[in-house]
Amino acid sequence: MKSIAIIGASLAGLCAARALRAQGFAGELNIVGAESNRPYDRPPLSKEYLAGDIDQASLTLEPDDEDLQANWLLGLSATNFDAGTRSVTLSDGSQLSADGFVLATGSRARPWPGTEHLAGVHVLRTIEDADRLRADLVSGARLVVIGAGFIGAEVASTARKLGLDVTVVEAAPSPLIGPLGPQLGTAVARFHGDNGTALHCGVGVAGLTGTDRVTGVDLADGRHVPADVVVVGIGGIPNIEWLEGSGIELGNGVLCDRGGATSIPHVVAVGDCAAWMDASGAHRRVEHWTGASERPAIAVSTLLSGEYQGQHVKPPYFWSDQYGARIQFAGIAGPDAEFTIEEGSLDAGSFLAVYRRDGNPVAVLGVDQVRLFTRWRRQISAQPTPI
Amino acid sequence: MLEVCPLASLPRGDARRVDASPPIAVFHTDDGEVFAVDDTCSHQDASLADGWLEGCEVECPLHASKFNLRTGAVDAPPAKLPVRTHEVVIEDGVIYVELSTEAPNLPPDIRSRLDAEGKA
Repeated sequence: MKSIAIIGASLAGLCAARALRAQGFAGELNIVGAESNRPYDRPPLSKEYLAGDIDQASLTLEPDDEDLQANWLLGLSATNFDAGTRSVTLSDGSQLSADGFVLATGSRARPWPGTEHLAGVHVLRTIEDADRLRADLVSGARLVVIGAGFIGAEVASTARKLGLDVTVVEAAPSPLIGPLGPQLGTAVARFHGDNGTALHCGVGVAGLTGTDRVTGVDLADGRHVPADVVVVGIGGIPNIEWLEGSGIELGNGVLCDRGGATSIPHVVAVGDCAAWMDASGAHRRVEHWTGASERPAIAVSTLLSGEYQGQHVKPPYFWSDQYGARIQFAGIAGPDAEFTIEEGSLDAGSFLAVYRRDGNPVAVLGVDQVRLFTRWRRQISAQPTPI
Repeated sequence: MLEVCPLASLPRGDARRVDASPPIAVFHTDDGEVFAVDDTCSHQDASLADGWLEGCEVECPLHASKFNLRTGAVDAPPAKLPVRTHEVVIEDGVIYVELSTEAPNLPPDIRSRLDAEGKA
C-alpha cells in the first residue's frame, strides 16, 4: 500500500495516523479535516474550557515536536467516495485518491429542529460551539439544558459554577437510563439537585419559544420554563451521508467487522462514525473518547494486513466530571444486569457499583472511587467483550 | 535518595504513591522491574499510582493517557508531555528513589494552583 488517506482529523483520525506510522507504513499520508483546527480534545469543551479555566492551546492533542510526515488538508470535508477509482471528492471540488482509506468523520450534535435561526440556542461539539455558548453563559442568566446525558449534565455543572440559574429537562424517567439503568441514573442525577440545578425527568420538550432570540422551553405537560439560553444535548448523528451510494454498507454508522473493516476492501472506519461488530455479532456505534483513541490501532492493522488480526477490543469506558464529582463507567450493563454497591453508599455520594449478569461482572460505575474503579475496569476488560 | 519501602511490601502489579514534592509513583511490574515516575499525570490532576499498570506502561486512571515507565514518554493521548522518570535503586531489599533534577511537567490545573499559592 503506497498511499493512505484518513478522512477526519479529530482524535480517531490522529490516532489512526500515529498507528499507521507506528506500524511501519512509510507511504504518502493525507489527512482531511472538516474543521480548520488541528486535532483537539473535545471533553474539556463542556468543562474546563467552557468554564474558562484552560485556553485553546491546552486542547491541542499534538506535542510541538510531533511530525507524522502527513499532508493535512484542513477546512475541507469529504462529499463523495468513489470505490471504483478509490477516490474521495472534497468540498473544494478536488479529488483525493489513495490505495487505502481510514474513515473517521465523526458525528455532529443533533440540533433541535427549527431552531437554526433562533439566537441563544446552542449545541456543543466544536471549539466554535463552546466559544459561542461561553459568550451566553453570563452570571444570573437562565439556562435550560435539554437532555440530561453527560454533555447536558456537564454544561449544567459548568453553568452553575458560572452563576447561572439552571434547569435540566430529560424525556426519560431518569437521566442516563441507557448506560446506567434507572436506579444508578437517579443516584448520579442527585448532584444536580444538591448543587441547585432544577431537574425535570419524564417530560418531553414540546418546543422552544421566541422569535429572534429564545425566551423559553415549552414542556409536553404544558409547563413553560423561561430561558435566556438553551443547550440541546440530545445525542449525535454520525457523519456518513457523504458515503451514501458509495457501496459502503451503512446503518447507524459505517458498518464494520470486529477489526474495523468496512464492506469495501482497503477501507476501514473508526471513531464516532463507525459501528463495529461486537462479540454478539451486533453492530454497535460506540461514541466514547476511549473508543476513538484505542480502536484506530486495530483498524490500521486490519487495513495494512488485509484482515482483522484478532486483537482484543476493550469494553467501552467513559468518564464525566460534574459538580466536582468524578463519574466513571466501563463495560455494558444492559437492561437485565443487576448491581451491587461494593464501596461507599448512594447516600454518601461516593460509591462503586458493579453490574453482573449471570454472576459475571459486566460493567462498573464509580463516583469518586478512582483507584477501585480502575481495578474493576481492568477485571471487566480481562474478559471477552460482554454480549 | 528517598527511601520508599521494602521491595517485599510492593507486590508485582502494584504501585505506591510516595509523598514528595511533587509526589512520586513507584511501580513493580509483572515482570519484576521497579520504576519510579512523577505521580501526577502531565495532562490533568490524577494519580498515576491509581492507574492501570500493563507491561512497562501505565494508563492514567482518569483520561486514559498512557506513559512508558522506562522513558516517561507519552504512548497515548490526551497527554502531550512526558512524565519525569526517577532512578530506582534496590539495596538490601529496600526500594530507594534518586529524584530527578529536571523540571517536572505538571498539568495546567496544578500549575495554576501552585502559582496562586505562590502569590498568596
